[in-house]
Amino acid sequence: MSSNGEDAPGVDEVVPTGAIGTFEGAQEMDDRSDTSATELLRQQGAVLRLAEGVSVDPGAFNTEFTADDTMILNLGPQHPSTHGVLRLMMELDGETVLRTKPIVGYLHTGMEKTGEELTYIQGPTNVTRMDYLAPLFNECVFSMATEQLLEIEVPPRATWIRMLMCELNRVSSHLLFMATNGLDVAALSMMLYAWRERETILSFMEKVTGLRMNHNFIRPGGVAADLPDGWRDDVIAICDLIPPRLDTYDELLTGQPVFLQRTEGVGTLSGEEAIALGATGPILRSSGVTWDLRRDMPYQYYDQLEFDVVVGKYGDAFDRYAVRLNEMRESVRIIRQIVELMPAGDYRLQDKKVTPPPRARIDQSMEALIHHFKIFTEGFKVPEGEVYVAIESPRGELGCYMVSNGSAKPYRLHIRDPSFVNIQSLPPMMRGGLIADAVAIISSVDPVMGGVDR
Amino acid sequence: MSEAPSEPMGTAGSEPGPDLVHGALVSWSRGQQVLHATRESYLDVMSGLRDDGYDMCVDLCAVDYLAHPARSLPDGVTAERFEVVVDLLSLQQRKRVRVRVQVPESDPRVVSLFGLYPGTEAMEREAFDLMGVRFDGHPDLSRILMPEDWEGHPLRKDYSVGRVPVQFKAARSTR
Repeated sequence: MSSNGEDAPGVDEVVPTGAIGTFEGAQEMDDRSDTSATELLRQQGAVLRLAEGVSVDPGAFNTEFTADDTMILNLGPQHPSTHGVLRLMMELDGETVLRTKPIVGYLHTGMEKTGEELTYIQGPTNVTRMDYLAPLFNECVFSMATEQLLEIEVPPRATWIRMLMCELNRVSSHLLFMATNGLDVAALSMMLYAWRERETILSFMEKVTGLRMNHNFIRPGGVAADLPDGWRDDVIAICDLIPPRLDTYDELLTGQPVFLQRTEGVGTLSGEEAIALGATGPILRSSGVTWDLRRDMPYQYYDQLEFDVVVGKYGDAFDRYAVRLNEMRESVRIIRQIVELMPAGDYRLQDKKVTPPPRARIDQSMEALIHHFKIFTEGFKVPEGEVYVAIESPRGELGCYMVSNGSAKPYRLHIRDPSFVNIQSLPPMMRGGLIADAVAIISSVDPVMGGVDR
Repeated sequence: MSEAPSEPMGTAGSEPGPDLVHGALVSWSRGQQVLHATRESYLDVMSGLRDDGYDMCVDLCAVDYLAHPARSLPDGVTAERFEVVVDLLSLQQRKRVRVRVQVPESDPRVVSLFGLYPGTEAMEREAFDLMGVRFDGHPDLSRILMPEDWEGHPLRKDYSVGRVPVQFKAARSTR
């Protein structure tokens, strides 16, 4: 972990030493002999790299190893248990993990840069591909930021539809976590079951939005379409189906000694550490910190709903599994309430400058045709300003920092993806554990590399 | 849609309360509190805020204002090309605050927040990688998303967007 060229002045001082091919040296973990003692302590003890704050007893960590005693093992980026293209470099003493360094960027496609080239109406198509397991949340946070810059309020029904779809998305995302987490700790049948249930939700999403993933359904000004006929029956069928199946999973995994041994006490993270590292979502809650944006900083209409914030105690892989399992139950509870409370009305704002006119109007009205044409070619202009909006995605705080210069495209679009920040908690979780636990720990953090790399 | 219910909603200038927090000018953007710290006072402002109970740094990013220099800033803040934007969160008070620091093009560097908020490690690396702002005191300021041998910082406004090759060479791609 050399600070490459830190002393050189100017801007462009990152001069790769062996600039032939793809030099990636400085991103990798350095050999023990090339790493300073303080940095070793940071990486081993703190890792957390706590300069101050949570204190670490240096005596608890053996820094007397030489480079010959240890081995640096490279895991990924092509590895089935890394959930995409996460690469980890781990220094091992036998089977014990001494240091870990996550290396990311293998899926970077410059979506923040692309976002600056797309109009606000095209934006959701782009952001929905970031965290591809929670696409509706990405669209939602983008739309909310745009609306806050425009200082408009969307109709209540649009917001309720957004909440309904997002909560269903949360269940499907957590179901995928259950599937992959089971797979990673060799509970193979879990993979099949959770995938089966997730399919019912994706089918409903397809019915509503036309697509199973990357929906582009939530847009500035409302949602793309109203819910289809019979949506209520479909949602209630899902709500009736999921909880008994969750009980089955509970029995299948929580009651299984092998699963418990693989997860209990593995990869612990204290609440203090989680806060210092900026970890949010199930990781923060599993360490005993009661923090859920839906309850603590309510947005949309979450303050009208009754639900519990599920909190763990030990911050280990099992708690993270249990938090997510019970969050699905809470989400089903929320969905049932949303079905009850869903109001009638418009599903998008009837503002010709922001949302396209209904298709039928285009045949009758010249003005409607012009508005339609203008919105899809030029887009709508957003007043100058900057805003940060955050919502609770399945993985934690999903934020959108948006700067507008008054044109029809965002001047700067920054998405604070929870996976990107959460991945920093891997090194302290791994420290001192066994290499076999690493797989269970990665899985319990549930990173989505599409969101990490953007 | 309000970010923090405890904060008053409104537009710039209409809020009561002090105009300075830890020596930083205060402005309001769509009902959100924004502090404008200078590069010199940046670390003091941040540690002051941390002592105030802002215990989590949720976001840190950089913005390149090359193409939009005439943005609205409170009096007394000199606009520079780059801005480092930090979002803090207080779990106890359920409040957010945003800190914006002007960073000149000639010397794009600020102090790292790593000592205060270790969670900024990856975010500062990202800001360095994509925007080329350096963070003094960062333990490992290497590129994080782009390959190590990449030239330039892609999110800068003078860094062009890649072009998609089109079948008909005469037709100019919009990107």
